[in-house]
Amino acid sequence: MIEIRDLDKRYGDFHVLKRCSTSVAKGEVVVVCGPSGSGKSTLIKCVNGLEPFDSGTITVDGISVGDRRTDLPKLRARIGMVFQNFELYPHMTVTRNICLAQEKVLGRSRDEAEAKAASLLARVGLSDQAHKHPGQLSGGQQQRVAIARALAMDPIAMLFDEPTSALDPEMISEVLDVMVELAQEGMTMMVVTHEMGFARKVAGRVVFMDCGEIVEDADTASFFGSPRSPRAQAFLSKILDHV
Amino acid sequence: MSFDLGVILDALPFLAQGLGLSLLLTVLAAAGGIVLAVLLALMRLSGFRALRLVSAAYVNFFRSMPLILVIFWFFFLVPLIIGRPVGGFYSALIAFTLFEAAYYSEIVRAGIQSVSKGQVAAAYATGMRYGATMRFVVLPQAFRNMTPVLLTQAIILFQDTSLVFVVSLRDFMTASTIVARNEGRLVEMYVFAAAVYFVICFSGSMWVRRLQRKHAT
Amino acid sequence: MSYNWNWGVLLQDPYLGWLISGVGWTLAVSAAAWVIAFALGSIVGVARTLPNRFVRGAATAFVELFRNIPLLVQLFLWYFVVPELLPEDWGRWVKRDLPLPEYTTAVVGLGFYTASRVAEQVRSGIESIPRGQTLAGYASGLTTGQLYRYILLPVGYRLIIPPLTSEFLTIFKNSSLALTIGVLELTAQSRQITEYTFQGFEAFTAATVIYVVITLSVTAAMGLVERRARMPGFIAGGR
Repeated sequence: MIEIRDLDKRYGDFHVLKRCSTSVAKGEVVVVCGPSGSGKSTLIKCVNGLEPFDSGTITVDGISVGDRRTDLPKLRARIGMVFQNFELYPHMTVTRNICLAQEKVLGRSRDEAEAKAASLLARVGLSDQAHKHPGQLSGGQQQRVAIARALAMDPIAMLFDEPTSALDPEMISEVLDVMVELAQEGMTMMVVTHEMGFARKVAGRVVFMDCGEIVEDADTASFFGSPRSPRAQAFLSKILDHV
Repeated sequence: MSFDLGVILDALPFLAQGLGLSLLLTVLAAAGGIVLAVLLALMRLSGFRALRLVSAAYVNFFRSMPLILVIFWFFFLVPLIIGRPVGGFYSALIAFTLFEAAYYSEIVRAGIQSVSKGQVAAAYATGMRYGATMRFVVLPQAFRNMTPVLLTQAIILFQDTSLVFVVSLRDFMTASTIVARNEGRLVEMYVFAAAVYFVICFSGSMWVRRLQRKHAT
Repeated sequence: MSYNWNWGVLLQDPYLGWLISGVGWTLAVSAAAWVIAFALGSIVGVARTLPNRFVRGAATAFVELFRNIPLLVQLFLWYFVVPELLPEDWGRWVKRDLPLPEYTTAVVGLGFYTASRVAEQVRSGIESIPRGQTLAGYASGLTTGQLYRYILLPVGYRLIIPPLTSEFLTIFKNSSLALTIGVLELTAQSRQITEYTFQGFEAFTAATVIYVVITLSVTAAMGLVERRARMPGFIAGGR
């Protein structure tokens, strides 16, 4: 589904991504983790072309992201994305947030879009918040709306960029529960996160990044059981101490 | 039609005198305006309701008036109050100072508010009183923060001084117009005047931007 | 100080009529110039945020040019210089057949000058929207045009309602400069009354009160607009 080959990117002197290669198969959940500044957010933003890259290739469902002839808006419409800071549109109600791209990008009718929004809001447990504005919701509620907004496009894959990092601790699980459910239904997911419990539970593979490199790319059991690189060992021991 | 540079060259000394008056008016009105503005800002932020109201009324009053009307007012008023004709320059200087103070005071107020409350608390904790706290702790930091904005406002003030044209005070704009009409060369003179103002204001604002960047780092 | 008060002069014919007509011209110049300033300023402001370097450069040049020359000089350029520089036929048309030449020139001059200031507000409004909003819009498949239409402009304009209000009030006050090319707006009329009657106090007070009242009304009205356009729970720069 998602193929990343030799991805390389620099910001001036700073080498953000160093020949990264990995892939996500259809129906697979891949967790990307690593210390902050390791390039994992940049990597996931390259997948739907939000970040340009210097060399290497990314294909999603056989379509090359870096190819200038690729219709990027059309491709992005098929990939859902959830951001660290939710990025709901502050001037629209929850329902309008979920309907905007359905109507303007997919060309769905208003009724159709709103019906879809209603069923997705029910699914993330927020039917009663449909007419509020994002600023009136808690962080956890906002992030669940953001997930519903992405799902409304019937995506072939979902990208999560640190979806729980901006949340207060008591709200993390309500968002993770939705994500776990999604994974169990067979959604193809690429998730940048520090939530190792989530990784253990649903991830098929874990990719560990440090200083712009993919240091380790292993199935979940062996990543947690016997990480090969010292850097991954150090990272895990730091993070797992607190769980 | 041909562009006659000779007219401009011949008139240069006369124009330079006009420009001198524009710059002098700018510097004096900016200095006076800032002093008055600090007073207005401190009143606006003080604990006394009456002082706050007076300051707010002053600022809102002058900010809702066109500068030209203020200039007319003072050209009419100042000789009347003093009881004898004074030069137009002083009337203009008073008008600009009082008018600009209203705009400067909003900048100064924002500058004072940008200094954290902790600074005031720390100064009071060492036993300083209001005057000393403002003078040695708050205002120095506030001025550091607001220097670029104050300078930008001074550039606007410099542009505004061209309005003394309406009372025929001989600034750069009036001088340009006199030459333009005497020689029948309106195109040359107004293009030249625009160019001079542009060069001064544009380089001024570039300098302010550089200052701002240096400030930020 | 000796002065003969005579407030009655303001109600005498023809002076009352002069004041009323002055207010009419002031409003007519301000409103028409605001249409130009808002439309042109929005286009230029948006252009300054676009990815294309040439579009951005042209928009920046526009802003720098119009904001670094005093408005009075710009009015004189439009009035005395531009007709001379136009192709001969156009120049002749502008000088002979342009309807209400002083009014039209004042509107265009004031409109272009204020457009450069509106453009800066529009640009800063758009730039103050967190970058994540743009990414979220693109991620859901919106094109750049749709992104501006549905997200950046609706949010951006809401954020800049207060500065846009003060730009409108600036145009309203700056419309007094139209008197320099012969438009008899409010300030010009108050001075004319002073010259005819020597009752400067009364005439200037009348003009001052009218300016203050209109300014306060506009401010109050825009306060209402701002409340209606409020985005519930959203605090600018809150995160």
